[in-house]
Amino acid sequence: MQMQRNFVKRQPRLPLPHWVRGLIVSLFSISITMLGLLFVTFLIGRVMPIDPVLAVVGERASQEQYEAVFLELGLDKPLIVQFFYYVADVLRGDFGTSLLTARPVAEDIARVFPATFELATIGIFLGCVLGVPLGVMAAVRRGSWIDQIARVVALVGYSMPIFWLGLMGLLVFYGILGWVGGPGRQGIFYEDMIPSVTGMILLDSLIAGDWGAFWDAFSHIILPASLLGYYSLAYISRMTRSFMLEQLSAEYVTTARVKGMSEWAVIWTHAFRNIRVQLITVIALSYANLLEGSVLTEIIFSWPGIGSYITTALLSADMNAVLGGTVIVGLVFICLNVFSDLLYKVFDPRSK
Amino acid sequence: MNAFNRLLGSAALGLALGVTAMPALAATPDNMLVIANRIDDITTLDPAQSFEFAGADVIRNIYGKLVNFDPADLDAGFQPDLAESWTVSEDGRTITFTMREGVKFHSGNPVRAEDVAFSLKRAVLLNKTPSFIITQFGFTPENVDETIVVDGNTVSITTDKRYATSFVLNCLTATIGAIVDEKLVMEHEVDGDMGNAWLATNSAGSGPYSLASWKPKESVTLTANQDYYDGAPAMKRVIVRHVQESATQRLMLERGDIDVARDLNPSDVEGVRAAEGVEILEEMRGRLMYISANQKHPDLSKPQVRQALKYLIDYDGMENSFLKGAYVKHQNFLPKTYLGAVDKNPFSLDLDKAKALLEEAGVDGMELTIGVREAQERLEIAQSLQNTFGQAGIKVNLEVGTGKQILGKYRARELDIYLGAWGPDYPDPQTNAGTFAYNPDNSDEANATGLLAWRNSWDTGGLTEKTAAAVVEGDTETRAKLYQEIQAEFRETSPFAIMFQKVEQVGIAENVEGLNLGGAITAAAYWNVTK
Repeated sequence: MQMQRNFVKRQPRLPLPHWVRGLIVSLFSISITMLGLLFVTFLIGRVMPIDPVLAVVGERASQEQYEAVFLELGLDKPLIVQFFYYVADVLRGDFGTSLLTARPVAEDIARVFPATFELATIGIFLGCVLGVPLGVMAAVRRGSWIDQIARVVALVGYSMPIFWLGLMGLLVFYGILGWVGGPGRQGIFYEDMIPSVTGMILLDSLIAGDWGAFWDAFSHIILPASLLGYYSLAYISRMTRSFMLEQLSAEYVTTARVKGMSEWAVIWTHAFRNIRVQLITVIALSYANLLEGSVLTEIIFSWPGIGSYITTALLSADMNAVLGGTVIVGLVFICLNVFSDLLYKVFDPRSK
Repeated sequence: MNAFNRLLGSAALGLALGVTAMPALAATPDNMLVIANRIDDITTLDPAQSFEFAGADVIRNIYGKLVNFDPADLDAGFQPDLAESWTVSEDGRTITFTMREGVKFHSGNPVRAEDVAFSLKRAVLLNKTPSFIITQFGFTPENVDETIVVDGNTVSITTDKRYATSFVLNCLTATIGAIVDEKLVMEHEVDGDMGNAWLATNSAGSGPYSLASWKPKESVTLTANQDYYDGAPAMKRVIVRHVQESATQRLMLERGDIDVARDLNPSDVEGVRAAEGVEILEEMRGRLMYISANQKHPDLSKPQVRQALKYLIDYDGMENSFLKGAYVKHQNFLPKTYLGAVDKNPFSLDLDKAKALLEEAGVDGMELTIGVREAQERLEIAQSLQNTFGQAGIKVNLEVGTGKQILGKYRARELDIYLGAWGPDYPDPQTNAGTFAYNPDNSDEANATGLLAWRNSWDTGGLTEKTAAAVVEGDTETRAKLYQEIQAEFRETSPFAIMFQKVEQVGIAENVEGLNLGGAITAAAYWNVTK
């Protein structure tokens, strides 16, 4: 009887379904991760030997002006207090104002992130569409000319400095052939002509129904996106090749072949199916890297993206901008992780 | 991208461009001027706060001032702009400006004497970094209501003592002298900021252009003011695009997608010279490249060592190699074209003389740190110094960092030697004399971080008093002579080795006429440009 009573007492646990509990745990761990990320970034920004006050007042400022801004930025307070003030503001949705652009950081990010997003998305699309088949073909025809081509493509992608390839790409495709638009997101004819809705000019020009602006923006994005796509392609194709080789040497593949299954079915229906989960990880990582912004590509192509935004801000100790950018990059990684997890569940029955 | 990468990229592109014929040029529209420039230094467009090169260019084209420079004739000095005329009181302290009638702001509001008083008082009250250009005349938040007075169509300003009138008027041509639209600005005031936050990203001027948009690190677009009192500009739109790389700017220029490329490095300048349809425009600017020795250092404070350093710089070698065309030798703190400027350059690389001076000072080898920011030309100068100093037994370590890192140490008096640039703030000799040769209190507690002499812990001897006397001298010729004397003494005794003056080399489409970059005294003007 006594034992039974004890058993009953243990019953009122949270009557939550399994997935809700999972969600709460995930959200909690995401919050802790974000807080840790913010704190480390904040610390790095503050211990760097750069004076944020000088970024505001400039070289000529008097000591009095310097001190006024020093107090205004709250730099007289202990680091931990500054951090908590910042987090409190962020929780209220206020990321502060950037020292370098005189605008709210949220507004800046709403301007620079879509620029990076559309570039990275086209880049990863090209990287996948070309990289995956190339990797598969290289594995299937190991040692053949297509494998050699894939090897050279990857080698060049790994070893060639991106600024050099970017400049050469500009020279050839913009300077000599005139096939693509020059640096910047738009030609001068369309500057300020398309109302910003999503911040992504390709989409915005479609929303505005202006095909001229769309093709103009496309001609500007295609070269830097192809460049980023090429670097993704190099990585994705090498990884695909390696994953495929592993599968193709497995016994089930030999069995399938012995049973007379077509080569197409062996490769795509059996071997490729089994590398999808690994590929998702590789592609998600590549995409996340592109979404962080490629500083060199942004500089060469005068592309106002989040990479150069965060870098410039960090070098000027513009901490509001750095932290705002870090939050976005952190969120990107988290979203991609969550999305990858979902895809694992779809493609890998064991995850279910 | 670091300096090496840039150099390599430029060299590669230069080589490729050199052996490749470019196709026929496209062209920008006839009524539009497109400029490629590094504009990432713009942090605000409020004239009371802006203090950067690219910001000054934008503001000069948006705002009228009481007096201004005519881009077609900079040598003529300041000319009437929003003030039609002015008179000076007998005691020389009060200048009364009569406003030009019928001028309107872009908003349609008339330009009144009240707007002038508001703009000047606002600059004093906001007390942002460039405010010293105005407050050096004795204006304070407490006295502006008495010292800046409106009477009908006139506005009077009264300084705390008699200054050379040209000095006061020259200062009013600076960015901070821009006249803003009081009504419009105050409509956007937040928490008593006198519209500072709003004006950072908007405009309220009466000049030849209005601000259509400023997208940080992306572009600035200006639209012609059709009602500009001096006639609407021919270029209906001016687009300044942020293009970081010299090689990219050159490519865009040669393709005809831009009209002006403002940040070409020497190798791209040579490339543009050889190309068809484009040319190089050269203008002497006010920026000086110098090194300075911290007088807290026991050896660097010896007069012979200061002299020796000046003989250990390969001025000609640098001018004729990596600085070719971009800088010219200049060893005086007043840039050429300034009142009182002199063209005397007595120092050249002389190892024997330098060694003898070091020996006389009892210095037998030493180790110094030169602070320099990561910029290609400065690093190359630093490496040249490392080489020539080394030949005299001085081991040089380079401390390379971002501009703000190095500047922070310089302002804290922590560097042995600083290598950097200085640009004048306004077109009067006081702008440089007042910082290179003026240091009334050399103590650490004085914290006069704005003064270069203080940053180097240099007690200027009698030069501080001589500089103070020159700034109040009413006779222009006598004043020029005073500055010449100050510079002669400065050259010999100071811990500063002024080395070079900047020459801006700009790639420009052949059909663009009338572009003026502002010379050594002001910023760029677009309203005279035609195609």
